[in-house]
Amino acid sequence: MSGSLGRAAAALLRWGHVAGSGVLRGPGVRAAGSGAGGRSAEQLDALVKKDKVVVFIKGTPEKPQCGFSNAVVQILRLHGVRDYAAYNVLDDPELRQGIKDYSNWPTIPQVYLNGEFVGGCDILLQMHHNGDLVEELKKLGIRSELLDTQQDQDSK
Amino acid sequence: MLRGRLVGRLVSMAGRVGLPLSGPGSGTVGPVEAAIRAKLEQALSPEVLELRNESAGHAVPPGSETHFRVAVVSSRFEGLSPLQRHRLVHEALSEELAGQVHALAIQARTPAQWRDNPELDKSPPCLGGSKKTRGTP
Repeated sequence: MSGSLGRAAAALLRWGHVAGSGVLRGPGVRAAGSGAGGRSAEQLDALVKKDKVVVFIKGTPEKPQCGFSNAVVQILRLHGVRDYAAYNVLDDPELRQGIKDYSNWPTIPQVYLNGEFVGGCDILLQMHHNGDLVEELKKLGIRSELLDTQQDQDSK
Repeated sequence: MLRGRLVGRLVSMAGRVGLPLSGPGSGTVGPVEAAIRAKLEQALSPEVLELRNESAGHAVPPGSETHFRVAVVSSRFEGLSPLQRHRLVHEALSEELAGQVHALAIQARTPAQWRDNPELDKSPPCLGGSKKTRGTP
């Protein structure tokens, strides 16, 4: 891992498709440096804008350590969002506090779409319920798999 | 409950997110819970204010006041986005959130929205993540 983001992330997990094969690749931990030094707003700004979908959670997508973080992971999974960056704040106290200061939001998890802070678990769940999440993902060029599920079921 | 563009299927899918109930509080109202209630009443003049101490479902000592869920029903939320509504709640409780309150689930609704679904939701179960960093929000 290179550049400032390497220093920024204690553990960046990414889920993604292998290009061309359509095979789901397991999450690979991108270990980073010691995380020494504080994080500037600029660094965090780059972090949340680096990927279309970014979440800061407790634990990992494979093994969330908090029910609210787990809910965020499961909602993204339901929509078929696999290519997202997940930062485990439990591995990085500075990131844990830094991202709260950055967003002016006191709790984890935190969800960013296209670099914009969306909210935490409650708001993502609300967006999931009322259909807004499907629309927001569409703006990012991500087609929610729930739409396919719905079509499949409607056609039966 | 779940009105919207994708109602039918999303309802069933939402159920699969699975948010079973963590244990309710002990029934006694502690000082933090009392402060949360007083500050929200002061700041938002809610028509309805439902507050639940969910700490007992988490990896904290008995009697803790660390995890809460609140439903705030206020006309102040009219015309505000969910993010803006939550920020109003956070602002009112900044002292508590900077202190021992570790988790705060928020349902911020207008009176009309509350009438559609007048229930305090359930929080997902604790997965133990606070154990190694207990006490820090």
